[in-house]
Amino acid sequence: METLSSVGKRIPKRDAIDKVTGRAIYIQDLKVPGMLYGKILRSKYPHARILRIDTSRAKKLLGVRAVITAEDVPQILYGFMKDQPVLKTAKVRSYRDELAAVAAVDPETAEEALDLITVEYEALPGIFDPLEAMKEDAPLVHEENKSNILKLPWKLVAGDVEEAKKASPFVAEDEFKVTWVTHCCLGTEGVIADFDLRNNLTVHRNTQIPSLAHRDFKDALRVMGLPNSKVRIIKPTIGGGFGSKLDTYGFEYIAILLAYVTRKPVRIIRTREEEFRYTSTRQPAIMKIAQGCDKEGKLTFRDISMVLDNGAYTSWGATTPSVMMMPISSLYKVPNVRYEAKCVYTNNTWSQAMRGYGNPQATFAIESNMDQLAETSGIDPLEFRLRNANEPGEVTPQRFKVTSCALRECIEEVGKRLDWAKKKKGERTPGRGIGLASLIHVGGGARVYKSDGCGTIVKVDDFGSVDVFTGATDIGQGADTVIAQLVAEEMGVPPQDVNIIDRDTDVCPWDVGVHASRTTFVAGNSAVMAARKVKDRILQVAAGYVDRWKDKDGTKHEIRLDDDPKNLVIKDRMVFSVKEPEKKIALGKILRGAHYEKNGTMIMAEYFYDPDNENLDREFKGNLSKAYAYGAHGAEVEVDTVTGKVKILRYVAAHDVGRAINPMLLEGQIYGAAAMGVGYALTERLILEKGEVMNANFRDYKLLTAKDVIPVEPVIIESMDEAGPYGAKGIGEPGLVPSAPAIANAVYDAIGVRLKDLPMTPERILKAIKEKKKA
Amino acid sequence: MKKAISFVLNGNPIEMEIEPYWTLLHLLREELQLTGTKSGCESGECGACTVVVNGKAINACLFPAVEINGANVLTIEGLAKPMGELHPLQTAFMELGAVQCGYCTPGMIMSAKALLDENPNPTEGEIRHALAGNMCRCTGYTQIIESVKEAAHVMTSKGEVRPRKVE
Repeated sequence: METLSSVGKRIPKRDAIDKVTGRAIYIQDLKVPGMLYGKILRSKYPHARILRIDTSRAKKLLGVRAVITAEDVPQILYGFMKDQPVLKTAKVRSYRDELAAVAAVDPETAEEALDLITVEYEALPGIFDPLEAMKEDAPLVHEENKSNILKLPWKLVAGDVEEAKKASPFVAEDEFKVTWVTHCCLGTEGVIADFDLRNNLTVHRNTQIPSLAHRDFKDALRVMGLPNSKVRIIKPTIGGGFGSKLDTYGFEYIAILLAYVTRKPVRIIRTREEEFRYTSTRQPAIMKIAQGCDKEGKLTFRDISMVLDNGAYTSWGATTPSVMMMPISSLYKVPNVRYEAKCVYTNNTWSQAMRGYGNPQATFAIESNMDQLAETSGIDPLEFRLRNANEPGEVTPQRFKVTSCALRECIEEVGKRLDWAKKKKGERTPGRGIGLASLIHVGGGARVYKSDGCGTIVKVDDFGSVDVFTGATDIGQGADTVIAQLVAEEMGVPPQDVNIIDRDTDVCPWDVGVHASRTTFVAGNSAVMAARKVKDRILQVAAGYVDRWKDKDGTKHEIRLDDDPKNLVIKDRMVFSVKEPEKKIALGKILRGAHYEKNGTMIMAEYFYDPDNENLDREFKGNLSKAYAYGAHGAEVEVDTVTGKVKILRYVAAHDVGRAINPMLLEGQIYGAAAMGVGYALTERLILEKGEVMNANFRDYKLLTAKDVIPVEPVIIESMDEAGPYGAKGIGEPGLVPSAPAIANAVYDAIGVRLKDLPMTPERILKAIKEKKKA
Repeated sequence: MKKAISFVLNGNPIEMEIEPYWTLLHLLREELQLTGTKSGCESGECGACTVVVNGKAINACLFPAVEINGANVLTIEGLAKPMGELHPLQTAFMELGAVQCGYCTPGMIMSAKALLDENPNPTEGEIRHALAGNMCRCTGYTQIIESVKEAAHVMTSKGEVRPRKVE
């Protein structure tokens, strides 16, 4: 039996002590001497021509150091398709559009200066419905494109859906809709930009993508005529991410421009209202789906077409349909698949990555429709899913190579815990029902960029403490702790001897960012490999090492370690040979030896781990991830048919995680994601009225509170993935993917009403009940 | 016009002149550099700025600074003992995984502290009620609730008796 000393332990999160004592420094807490405060003037129209901007009065206000518009600064373009300038010129396309920015000695003065800027607009007709926006005569958001449909032809075809449809005895077809939701990080976004006298730029920013932001800012400096300036990004403690910080945004470039113009550090922090209005959302989508099965209940085809509301500009989120392809092609065994998606420009807020990256939307349609198909074919929904469950060794229609897969076990566990068979067949309690839904997600990185890599540097000090410089970013999920545990395990030292350095691009290696549930797998593997190299070097130095010492009474001792490093191990801060375990030398002593002896050596190592997963090819096929995460959620609900309120009585969240490196932090991911998933299902929506956010506060945007008891029961199933660090796969996003369909299916089981729009608010439930009665 | 006030902050008497329009949050964060108290919404909705004034948990972002004249104010910085010994709530939050991004943590702990001072043996329902004004996006609250229960247990019985469990 394997014995592990650090992996699998419930170790507290590394920085928890700073966070429980109020010592952790977030971007909101950070001040730089001489710092100015930046504020941004945004559009008062969702779609309008800009006729004139007058900043003269603002410039005269006491305490104002700079006011900039597009006229004053070089035009920096950003976004996935580089479709927006940092400061807008000819027209505005959404309420988020930046027109001018101010730097002042305090935030109040900056705010006052914004009020003194006058803008003359010529209002243009807006377009707020993606279906309307696709029509020929629709107002164009970007005239030069001649169409509101983005030139990103998302289309995946495998097998022959038309033939399969004809041959299928059972087919279920429907349409589902999801709306805007937002991340609600408790710590809002912020940045401090600062140039030194050599025009080198330091940016303090709560980002999820330090290395990619580094590149974006280098590009911006080139446009500003500063091609030789160096960029350094320093991450403070990050108050939540969830995908919101996966791009660089206008306000970051504005801070850089203001800092350059004023030659002072400039800080821009979003207020809560700004955070609600200007954070890019999860994509709304209209999803048409049809699935069929044969008489044995085996899926024959899946046919999905979607329209996504992209909003006014693109972010990386414009690639969301590529991730939606994952559940569409590969959740359950389905031989024939067709998927087409159109992203459409509108004058609404523009969307972006949010935990799950398209998977929650697509899985809501797939798993709601799976229940419809199960009913049509007369098979129990749980049994239906078992008959189609993915298995290890499978190659899916999108060419995903399934390695470890415990989907079947996850579904069975949900069934067992919910007492499925008995509840389905036994006496029914009116208003109560059970439902389940499964998930697939990338669990071994995701090659969405050209690289999926992460670097690690490991060094050791004189005393056996280990410094790990990682490219990984901790956004609260516990990357700092998991990496420390993995390195400790690999090197044979206690985890408290491992120090994680992950804040500064000047010292930390490259990484594509904290996204796609990839950090434990990719940064974890990178750390393990670097630690292994360092350990090998230590053992080389230790081989044949002679330790001599004298007791107080003068007795001399001598220990000589084995000459063959292969026989040596490090354990409990000691080095010894497996052949002579009684002869131990302290690790620190050997390291000091390496440093102090003649022709000494410094022991450090680096590793760049980039999994051999594949970018999707022109047909959107390829093995996107080195491993896939699976899971199933089951809910028992009680629906009050008078008020329309849904109460969750039981909630089982079973996840195939490969291996739990830290079960406590892993459960935290499941609890937190499930709550976010339940919010997506039942309460959360950002309400937009002609492009304007109507509920930009926590009173009206319904986040779950401690009073909303969601009795989540996490179930961890370890399938030990061959390529994962100690067998682990990703878990950051999976926990919210199947929540909405699991609850929708339970609601249907409870009251016979199928909710097809998220969120399933009491009003919608009552309306659906009424419609059912009418019909 | 500035106003002179005196109050006790984390056990230390303080006398200072303040502007009448300052909030307690502004006073703590901007004037006294006590940034452990977080600013989350500045409109009394998220609870990130919760501190304890005369034994009651309040939102510092809505609380006029002038009203702390003569009051006893406790912030997250004053919770651990001077030599660093953590309060049982802080220990429980660490050890039971109640902390992820940590932005809600100081406010959450201060709300729980006010609760336990008034009601050392709270039921789960009472804990949930006391924390209802503190938003958390990371944890789903489960491990936070467990941590408050554990701290109550440690504080009331020094580890010998479980607090009552009935709702």
